[in-house]
Amino acid sequence: MTLGSAFFFVCSITCIAGALTTVLARNPMRSALGLLLTIVGIAGFYLGLNAQFLAAIQLIVYAGTVVVLYVFVLMLLGADATERPTTSRSTLARLLGGVGLASVLMLLVYRSVSAYSQSNTGEMPKVPNGFGTVKSVGEHLFSVAVVPFELSTALLIVAVVGAIAVARSGTKRSAQTAARWTSPGTYFGGPVEPRHEPSSAVKEPTL
Amino acid sequence: MTQLSLHIQEYVLLAAVLFCIGGVGFLVRRNVLIQLMCVELMLNATNLVLVAFNRLYPESMTGQVFAFFVIAVAAAEAAVGLAIVIGFFRLRESVHSDDADTLRH
Repeated sequence: MTLGSAFFFVCSITCIAGALTTVLARNPMRSALGLLLTIVGIAGFYLGLNAQFLAAIQLIVYAGTVVVLYVFVLMLLGADATERPTTSRSTLARLLGGVGLASVLMLLVYRSVSAYSQSNTGEMPKVPNGFGTVKSVGEHLFSVAVVPFELSTALLIVAVVGAIAVARSGTKRSAQTAARWTSPGTYFGGPVEPRHEPSSAVKEPTL
Repeated sequence: MTQLSLHIQEYVLLAAVLFCIGGVGFLVRRNVLIQLMCVELMLNATNLVLVAFNRLYPESMTGQVFAFFVIAVAAAEAAVGLAIVIGFFRLRESVHSDDADTLRH
């Protein structure tokens, strides 16, 4: 077994174990950790496929941001986030539908892969110098793909604004908060002091 | 660095397996959070195929740049999706996707 196939084997086991944990775990926190495992395994694949920049981005964006966001939401929702045991009669139908769809997809992919293997070896060629580095990805990103790149920045801004709007709009206000919202005097913390003190009040001596 | 010479078929089959696990999880699980995680799993599988095919045809960087965009879209999807989950939880006190039936009644 060469080094390359050993690396492939380790990363595949990591990915598939993480994916199965994500799907099968009853506790959603374990699902999030399984997703993390899958993401790390795929970052390993990226390293093996000469995509160093994407491996770093994968770890920063997915492992560092998306999974942390999931864990934050899980902790915010607390114990209510665990799935209650369902006795729905559609469980078997869902399972059959899912497995049927997956087996059809796997059959199609396997047929096309075996048809491809008859005419091609599918062996990956040697890469040119600087393939997959920040420089080469960035050059492509800012020359050919500059319009989608700018559009993706707009997408991210719209997504952030939309996330804030959606997460805040349905806020259930408690009585105290509602009172705060309806009377502007107490909104900024504490009752508003009258601007001019009554003349009967004892004034501090001015120095 | 030694070339990890491998074949595209292995990557495509592995990505198909990951995609199928994600798809079955999305259909079978009823926890909205886990369904979103399964969507992330499927996006990762497609990303793996994009990067592997770019490695097979290394004249251009299109596959890796496309995978970069997919990662950006996945980040946006996670932000908006989790905001919707929080809103849904405020509304129904549940993360069970069978409870998202307000439009039915």
